[in-house]
Amino acid sequence: MSDQIIEMLDVNKWFDDFQVLKNINLKVSQKQKIVVCGPSGSGKSTLIRCINRLEEHQKGKIIVDGIELSENTKNIEKIRAEVGMVFQQFNLFPHLSILDNCTLAPIWVKKTPKTQAEEMAIKQLEKVQISDQAKKFPGQLSGGQQQRAAIARALCMQPKIMLFDEPTSALDPEMIKEVLDAMVNLAKGGMTMIVVTHEMGFAKEVADEVIFMDEGMIVEKAETKEFFANPKSDRTKLFLSQIL
Amino acid sequence: MIKKLNFLGMPTRDKLNLFVSVGTLLFVLGIIDVILNSFFEMNITSFLPRWINYFTPLVFSFVGLHYIRIEFSGIRILDRLNKNINLNWFNAILTSLIIFVLIKNIPPLLNWLFFDADFIGTSKEECSREGACWIFVNVWFKRLIYGLYPNSEIWRINLSFLMLIGLVISAFFVTPKIKKYIIIFLLFIFPFIAMNLISGGNFGLEWVETPAWGGLSLTFIISIFALLFCFPVGMFLALGRRSSAPIVRYSSIGFIEFWRGVPLITVLFMASVMMPMFLPDGVYMDKLVRVIIAITLFEAAYMAEVIRGGLQALPRGQYDAGKSLGMGYWRMHLLVILPQALKLVIPGVANTFLALVKDTPLILVVGLLELVGMIDMAKTNPEWLGFATEGYVFAGVVFWIICYSMSRYSQYLERKYKTDR
Repeated sequence: MSDQIIEMLDVNKWFDDFQVLKNINLKVSQKQKIVVCGPSGSGKSTLIRCINRLEEHQKGKIIVDGIELSENTKNIEKIRAEVGMVFQQFNLFPHLSILDNCTLAPIWVKKTPKTQAEEMAIKQLEKVQISDQAKKFPGQLSGGQQQRAAIARALCMQPKIMLFDEPTSALDPEMIKEVLDAMVNLAKGGMTMIVVTHEMGFAKEVADEVIFMDEGMIVEKAETKEFFANPKSDRTKLFLSQIL
Repeated sequence: MIKKLNFLGMPTRDKLNLFVSVGTLLFVLGIIDVILNSFFEMNITSFLPRWINYFTPLVFSFVGLHYIRIEFSGIRILDRLNKNINLNWFNAILTSLIIFVLIKNIPPLLNWLFFDADFIGTSKEECSREGACWIFVNVWFKRLIYGLYPNSEIWRINLSFLMLIGLVISAFFVTPKIKKYIIIFLLFIFPFIAMNLISGGNFGLEWVETPAWGGLSLTFIISIFALLFCFPVGMFLALGRRSSAPIVRYSSIGFIEFWRGVPLITVLFMASVMMPMFLPDGVYMDKLVRVIIAITLFEAAYMAEVIRGGLQALPRGQYDAGKSLGMGYWRMHLLVILPQALKLVIPGVANTFLALVKDTPLILVVGLLELVGMIDMAKTNPEWLGFATEGYVFAGVVFWIICYSMSRYSQYLERKYKTDR
């Protein structure tokens, strides 16, 4: 397929002696939505952090949008500007207002004029329905609002790919829905997404493919319906029986 | 013991008036006893044995406070008093002791400072009264402020500092855009103008050598330059110490640990005696410049560790977020990391700045005389022997005013930049 946007070939990664990723092979084509699930410590966060090189892999190849990830800092920054990321802990910049959070990177990294960046920010904040909070600081917002602001901040860079690292795990149950709604809307808009999550409802609704990871390996990778209807490996069955 | 005190019964609300009046009476009696003892050489309890009457004021006020200590008396002032300074017997003793110490010491201090002091005059002989001789400070005032700077040229120092104060004050009242220009001007252009004005040597200004500079103005000159430089240097050192490049990291660590490990006095000696030997022939560096460099590097090492503390306090997620938005090392640090880290370390930075200002008198050892140095010189002047106390009190007050204003300013900054909680 020519429209492959992420390609991971035989990726291996160690933290000291401990191998976190073992021979990961993964291909993601444009507009594809992939949900990664698995028990904690299985390496799923590390996997997506490798895609924008927040973690370095030691063996194998990762190619994002035609650029191979290597020591070359220029390339890394280029890729990071194209890959948006949303974190479990939101990681908004507490010293800046929500609007400034959203315009900071476009202005300083992409050199967008300020007025244009602000228009863009308001548009993205409207999409996640918190444009009325634009002047507030992150500390004044609820968890759900903060996470939606974080999604808007990532979208302001107009990324080609969005990575979500357990975006709802740090939220109160009441707020999970508003964040998932924002993500569903984003998915319907045709964004390429890789989502690490335990929200199986979201996976069923949105994902094209589900990946199950355990002990640093991809244990199972299947189309969503297939994955839930008849999982192949015993490990996956066990996991699903516990989580559903 | 306390039970025996209750010959009137336990202090209760029922007999509120009785207890409050008896208690107040005893407490006041204790205070009167102290006042009579210390200022009128009278002792109303002299009929008691000496070892007892020494403690009578304390006993009076202790018993008095015990009677006043009525819970939920319904009188708001009394309740607050009891809660704050009369909670239990230990508290009552501490309260009484502190009040006695203040009564005994404050009036003599005020007498020495003001009421018995001489202010106006021109010579030592006019200091006839018992208190402080402020004539000493008065006569030497010009020297204490300007050092040995020629009298006819003093306007140059005044003009520089007036410009500085004017610019700083005006920066508070203009729009942010103009404020930015004023700050750039203050940081990068004004120091050269002021230095040129004070040292002279061109534009028809008489050349004044740095050994003639001195007094409070020198304190300010050294402090301001050292503050200006030590902050950025400290910041780079802090970043360097956390760098992933081994050369940068180890040289930063080496630099910081070296400067933190040597006493400032030796650094100043080195700067004034040894450094000229290392300079190439024909290169001359003024002693004042060398001293400013030495103090800057010394304090920068401390500053670096303070700032590093702030960097370490930030969660890793902030770095992740910065990186994931495509920011490089410098953009991430300037836009995301440092603004937050520096906000966290305002108290520590203020601390280092205060220490720096108070370290400046040490330049005395290399023959530069700022405020304290000038006082040292004045007090050894044969005509003015014996006024060291007045001089040092004056210096203490001046330094306290400088440092306290800096401390208040840092608190203002903390409040101003408090956006999260």
